[in-house]
Amino acid sequence: MTDQLAPAPPLVESVQHDAPPGDTTRRRFIGYLLATPMLAVAVRLELDDADRAAALPEPSDLIDLGDLIIAAEAAYQYNLRLDVTADNRVRFELPRLEKGQGVATALTLIVADEIDARLADTDVVLSDARLDRPFTITGSSNNVRAMWGPARVVAAAARARLVTAASRRWNVPAHTLVTRDTMVVAPDGRSATYGELSAEAAAVLIPAVPSTTKPASQRRLIGTPTGRVDARDIVTGKAQYALDVDVPGAVPTVVARPPDIKGTVITYDDTVARAMSGVVAVTRIPSGIAVSARTYDEALKARDALQIHWARGPLAGVSDATIRQRLKQINLPLTVPGILVGKVDATFEFPYVAHAPLEVQSAVADVRADRAEVWIASQTPVFALQEVAAAVGLPQHAVTLHVTRAGGSFGRRLFCEPAVEAALVSKAIGRPVKLMWTRVDDMRHGRFRPMSQHSLRATFLLGNVLSFEHRVAAAETDFRHGFGEMLTAAGAELYNGGYGQTAFHTTTKVPYDFPIADQLLVEQDFGVPTGSWRAIYSGFTATANEIMVDELARRLGKDPVLFRRQRLETARTRAVLDRVATAGSWGRSMTPGTAQGVAIHEEYRSSVAYLVEIDTRGVEPRATKVVVAVDVGVPINPKGLEAQLQGAFIDAWSTMFRAQAHIDDGRVRESSFSDFRWARMQHSPPVMEVHVLPPTTDEPGGAGELGIPAASAAAVNAYARATGTSPRRFPIGQ
Amino acid sequence: MPIQVLNVNGSVVNVDVPDDMAMLWVLRDLLAVNGPKYGCGVGVCGACTSHLDAAAFRPCITPVSVCANVPVTTIEGLADGDVLHPVQQAWIDEDVAQCGYCQPGQIMTAVALIAANPDPSDADIDAAMSENVCRCGTYVRIRAAIKRAAAQIRTNP
Repeated sequence: MTDQLAPAPPLVESVQHDAPPGDTTRRRFIGYLLATPMLAVAVRLELDDADRAAALPEPSDLIDLGDLIIAAEAAYQYNLRLDVTADNRVRFELPRLEKGQGVATALTLIVADEIDARLADTDVVLSDARLDRPFTITGSSNNVRAMWGPARVVAAAARARLVTAASRRWNVPAHTLVTRDTMVVAPDGRSATYGELSAEAAAVLIPAVPSTTKPASQRRLIGTPTGRVDARDIVTGKAQYALDVDVPGAVPTVVARPPDIKGTVITYDDTVARAMSGVVAVTRIPSGIAVSARTYDEALKARDALQIHWARGPLAGVSDATIRQRLKQINLPLTVPGILVGKVDATFEFPYVAHAPLEVQSAVADVRADRAEVWIASQTPVFALQEVAAAVGLPQHAVTLHVTRAGGSFGRRLFCEPAVEAALVSKAIGRPVKLMWTRVDDMRHGRFRPMSQHSLRATFLLGNVLSFEHRVAAAETDFRHGFGEMLTAAGAELYNGGYGQTAFHTTTKVPYDFPIADQLLVEQDFGVPTGSWRAIYSGFTATANEIMVDELARRLGKDPVLFRRQRLETARTRAVLDRVATAGSWGRSMTPGTAQGVAIHEEYRSSVAYLVEIDTRGVEPRATKVVVAVDVGVPINPKGLEAQLQGAFIDAWSTMFRAQAHIDDGRVRESSFSDFRWARMQHSPPVMEVHVLPPTTDEPGGAGELGIPAASAAAVNAYARATGTSPRRFPIGQ
Repeated sequence: MPIQVLNVNGSVVNVDVPDDMAMLWVLRDLLAVNGPKYGCGVGVCGACTSHLDAAAFRPCITPVSVCANVPVTTIEGLADGDVLHPVQQAWIDEDVAQCGYCQPGQIMTAVALIAANPDPSDADIDAAMSENVCRCGTYVRIRAAIKRAAAQIRTNP
């Protein structure tokens, strides 16, 4: 997964225009044969100026945030690389982060299917940061959406050249050859592996068959439930995360950090620490005092021996209550008067939540006088490269950044603090450094899903909903990970108020046919570090909507499934709702203290419904059964989808019932998984079934974040029905 | 510094470290045994779980001296050559892993559970796995894999 890549060959040997038959546009796919002895294809879409204007979506066509990200990448989307090696391996460099969401497996399926290779012969490796893909971002559940077209195009271009090479070798017409199992096969039964043909294919300038992608009817792998391609590496301990990469001489390094958020060092004394066993260096960096030693054990013990006088941080005196109060003050008013009509008003409060991926923040850096090399699991590799270059004073082209697999992310790795810290220490001590945040560092100095306050009002008359208003006041989400530059590149018209407003309005929709549906966001920066957390604004906004919809249905005396069904705008969402209602036996008789709850969500061009059964009779509530139905347009790997939607429920349960980060007098209260009460086995439902609907469109939608709002609301709706309460502040158990 | 004689995954090695060095860092930083992961450093997340003799233990809070002369098995030592342990195989068959970071610890905990309790109930699994955090939320598949592996081991002990 984290193979270190040789630099791409500098020479572009040839340019070839493959105009697909019947192509009525002037767009041309340009296949670049890289100057290597074996077939190495980089393909990009070449547009003249007129085409470029026509090809890029108009801002008004940009339906959601995923579209914006894809549009920003459009000019660079074909900057990809696929190699066919002599040992018959198809190797695709994926410009995305594998962080457990299964994108590497999904792309293995897509590439192997298109090029007609066996899955076992196909390797998807994580691409280094590429300066010719400046807006690469693993986010907004757009990986499959964004790679779907380009990955198939590059695979089809390679396949056409392999077929052409076989045609020349055997002197038979190319169109009579077929491809399967990483081979080209002739009508007379002769066959050659791609590996055998690769060198000859590298010399093919103009393929004798079109480089067009397959129609859906000819796909044989896409849609097949497939286990993770790296499963064996994981269960044998071979999977390599950043700190497992063997960089010779890299010195284990930890950082003494302040007790306060953004506290600073006044003075420190490292006399004792420096004399301790194994200590290599003590380095002051902006975030604290770094200690490098032979082992992490020795680094941690020496860190604890440092005598540091800390200044209080900028949030001294600020606690949750302060922020909560301020959010109430700044939230915008509801505007529809509730007179002469029926109305339901509700408020909801969501806390700060740590991302807390199980792999702590970490990076390896080797900074020399004229160059630097960095290893980090990054969702924004070019941003990370730029941050490192700026921090150590090197030009960007002198920095190589390798993307390693991530042990979870949930949005956390949009930022890259450990890469900068490791680079600064490496530069200072003149040695490669592997820098690790402790779990306490991660909990106290990480980033958080922002706290939010929600005020909602729905009005109705004679059983008809007239209006649905939602006002969100939230701590500001920090998008300063290259997001602004990306939106500008996408040509997106920014909503007043900037990036947060743009992200809010391109992600949060009310999926019902309410005559007035109006959602507004107001944000304030309180100084608590924040970052996009799985599902960004939808994670709390759409969750609040779906809890409100249940309360509205209850007030109107309607069944929650029927109420939604009659008002949903899209057939796709109705279909997933119907599926869970049927599969989950909605409305079955339940014992007092237990209940069902339901909710839906549509985003990322996908729809999902959750039906949750809850038991509230024990010491704490527990979900006893979860039924999910999902429509992602084109399912690539149903097993991966199942995993995403099951995992989303655990996130939902944890955030709605158990875990939060408290701010106490400018500090984060929690320190580890002992007090950040994330769900464990004994809090998880023993049964979760996921129904993946067959293809409904031609384009795959996103799924990584899709489950969060519906899972969260369905669980809370079940709790509300089981207990006869109306939860207002989350997590419920705190 | 004292020489510690260790037996890790069947290999005997000597390391020159203080008695109180946490075994996790001996494994990772000195022996390049990287399967056990750091997740918390205080024994609450379970990502480093390995076996000391046949018992599951937490290398992040276990001094190296405690491990001296006792067989230590990490995730790397669980398979018999290329033949996976039934629990590892069940993990693949149920497609348990997502990011994979916690799974070495989950697997080692599950192996110890099944060794002690060949037919664990849901409640037994809840109790035995209660100190292993999976941030991706793979619990439902871990549960299925434990039941699958236990059944496999009962059939072919």
